Amino acid sequence: MIDYVFRVGGEGGEGVISTGEMLTVVLARSGYEIYTFRTYPAEIKGGHANYQVRAAGKLLLSSGYPVDVLLAFNEEAYHKHINDMRKPGGVVIFDSDSYTPRQDPDLIYYGVPLSSIATEKIGVKLTKNIVALGVCAELFEIPAEMFEGLLKDKFGRKGEAVVQKNLQALQIGREYIKGQPKRDPIRMGKGPRETKELVLSGNEALSLGAIAAGLRIYAGYPITPASDIMEFLAKELPKYGGFVIQTEDEISAVGTVLGASFAGKKAMTATSGPGFSLMTEMMGLAVAAELPSVIVNVQRVGPSTGMPTKTEQGDLYLACYGGHGNCPRIVMALTSVEDCFYGIMRAFNIAEQFQMPVVVLSDASLGHRKATVPVFDINRVPVLERRKPTPEELVNYKRYRFTADHVSPMSVPGVEGGGYVCEGLEHDETGYPAASNHENHLRATKKRYGKFGQVEAIANDLARAYGEPHPEVGIIGWGSTEGVIREAVQMALDKGYSVGALHPKILYPQPLAKLSEFIKGTKAIIIPEVNYSGQFATALRKRFAYDFIQLNKCIGLPFTPKEIFDKIEEVVINVRTGRTVAARI
Amino acid sequence: MSAPVALSPQEYKTDEHPIWCPGCGDFGVLDSLYKALAGLKVHPRDLVVVSGIGCSGRTPGFIKSYGFHSLHGRVLPVALGVRLANPALTVIGVGGDGDGFAIGGGHIPHAARRNIDMAYIIMDNSTYGLTKGQCSPTSPTGLQTGSTPYGNIEQPLNPLAMVISYGATFVGQGYSGKPRELSDLLTQAIEHKGFAFVNVISPCITFYNTYKVIPPRLAEVPKDHDPSNRAKAFELALEREKTLLGIFYKTAMPTFEDGVSQVIARAQAASPPRLEAIFAEFG
Repeated sequence: MIDYVFRVGGEGGEGVISTGEMLTVVLARSGYEIYTFRTYPAEIKGGHANYQVRAAGKLLLSSGYPVDVLLAFNEEAYHKHINDMRKPGGVVIFDSDSYTPRQDPDLIYYGVPLSSIATEKIGVKLTKNIVALGVCAELFEIPAEMFEGLLKDKFGRKGEAVVQKNLQALQIGREYIKGQPKRDPIRMGKGPRETKELVLSGNEALSLGAIAAGLRIYAGYPITPASDIMEFLAKELPKYGGFVIQTEDEISAVGTVLGASFAGKKAMTATSGPGFSLMTEMMGLAVAAELPSVIVNVQRVGPSTGMPTKTEQGDLYLACYGGHGNCPRIVMALTSVEDCFYGIMRAFNIAEQFQMPVVVLSDASLGHRKATVPVFDINRVPVLERRKPTPEELVNYKRYRFTADHVSPMSVPGVEGGGYVCEGLEHDETGYPAASNHENHLRATKKRYGKFGQVEAIANDLARAYGEPHPEVGIIGWGSTEGVIREAVQMALDKGYSVGALHPKILYPQPLAKLSEFIKGTKAIIIPEVNYSGQFATALRKRFAYDFIQLNKCIGLPFTPKEIFDKIEEVVINVRTGRTVAARI
Repeated sequence: MSAPVALSPQEYKTDEHPIWCPGCGDFGVLDSLYKALAGLKVHPRDLVVVSGIGCSGRTPGFIKSYGFHSLHGRVLPVALGVRLANPALTVIGVGGDGDGFAIGGGHIPHAARRNIDMAYIIMDNSTYGLTKGQCSPTSPTGLQTGSTPYGNIEQPLNPLAMVISYGATFVGQGYSGKPRELSDLLTQAIEHKGFAFVNVISPCITFYNTYKVIPPRLAEVPKDHDPSNRAKAFELALEREKTLLGIFYKTAMPTFEDGVSQVIARAQAASPPRLEAIFAEFG
């Protein structure tokens, strides 16, 4: 079965990412499942950028390894990636105007003077990317009409002349390579999928899901790697009568979200670590005032400014425990591009249903990778709204009335009889400040925490399990590691190991019933996290007297399935031989 | 604007009794606000009063309305959210000089340049009353307070000059001891289409009693002042001998909400709101 990894590397700002994206769309349109991974420098121009596309005739759960095809635009790209190549049999296409590598006998090389073809024959330097795509189209038998269609879609708005230049570049690339004998076995042709799928990134799927959930007001401040959510919504929300405002900082962004929610609209902000740190005080206000709100954190490497374009799962502590006081909020983590759509819809529902802030954790690797997903079904997650007061409840209206399920009817400005003060001071049922009423504080705190019972039930429903339901060695993961864990579990099952994984989607409150059931009977549990300290493992240790084995990766890159598989294998062997296991890599 | 309602100023009072010290200037501001609301026939159900933290922060509880007692310094972001969500509401922000000019000072330029259609009233007592009398951004140089036992070494900021330069479209100053003039000023501020800023000198009787110092300094903005003249307004704001009361600057500019509705109209004219149509772009 076809399953190839393509990687494009070169100078940042010279079209590496867009070359990778074009290859992605063409392969998806050709009927393949796609999983991409991109890294790009923190600098705007210069620095090394690369884009990886894995294409296969089956569901893909990870970015794949090793690399089957490397398109190296310069020497740096060649050296950076050559050790990731499949040997023997990997294919290297290089710009012979830039650099000619000393050839490794295990690899197959095609040198193409991409730069001089672009400047001399087309007259536009950056068309070297399209020339390179022409080379790939011809060499790997990727349907040419897909490339032509894409170039028309992509450049049509810039006019016919631009389209023609690019088509010419594609053709010249194809012609050039036709003159060389084909020495590699890669033949793509059409993939097995007949139906149309979407090709989009986690951030794009999340933006669409938010619209489907009824988002109307978005407030945010630019920050990598979350800004494209704001830019996407800025274009789309006004069509729904909504609006995107770029505020002066992240404090203002959540403040605006809370004001809009108070006035009856579904509102959201998205940020990354530094902005999320600024939001913690407002998150406390949302808890105290019981305001439905959605706060997305596309995590990047911290602390402080950290590594803005690199990925990490380092903000779980802050998401769960950030802020002062006893401050229950809900924390969800998105697991895949598809889950970015349905997950954010659930986040809005939970926020509305329980009148609480919901923190939604994504990360740089998930937010920016593209994948093929079945066209979204906007009816799969029914959209829920907050509880409104009945006419009877508007007589002597009590905004924070103590109820059996701890959720009170929420009035909005404009409703006769529903006036109240939305209050960050401790308050009684009416909203009247009760900053010196000791008994009321306990009762009000219990009310706010009381909602957790129902959320925990939802958390139990949403947790997903893979592999053996009662395994010898278990894996508990969260967030964007779901795909790699699934793949690693499959590799382990194929070797005959007794392995299974549990992947909660709501992390706070924890799905305790599901976790207890899963943990019971295991001999060892591995918790892989893309962070240094093992934040979820630490949270689980507070609940379960169990010696969880941490697997932490803290280099700004996601796990590969093999890294997790290797750990599984080590633990399986150690369990069988009764040896103690290493706690960390 | 919502359906008007005929209420007396007293009918805007709630059952909640102000927690302010007897003699606090904020009583005068609150009474003037009741009067302005009654005069404008603002319906309580369509009124949102947003406050921050400080003595002024409790104001929403004393006015029949929907209130939002937010965080220290965050009146304007919350008010912006309310305006975005429902532009039919009358939104009044209230804060103190610490809330507005210190911790929340970063929001004023943006609320002003956006020209959000709201009134923003600062009750300026040049001290931190709720925390018992520390130095504030408008405390005079040399003032001895709990946090400046050797005297304040900083320059006070000039709220009016600051807000005029930020691009607010209505800038005025009042005094809590002149309720008739103040309710007139607040009326015009609430009526104004755009961001209306009113600095109200509202003495703190407990921690920084200026009741004797302020009245002799007071004077009205000259009758012949043209409030559309921004340079002249700025000049008046820089006046040091006297504390001027009245409208310094007033101009008509498109509001933020005008801009929002134009964007919505343009986006909706370009394409209908269909998720499926967006999905098609990701093929």
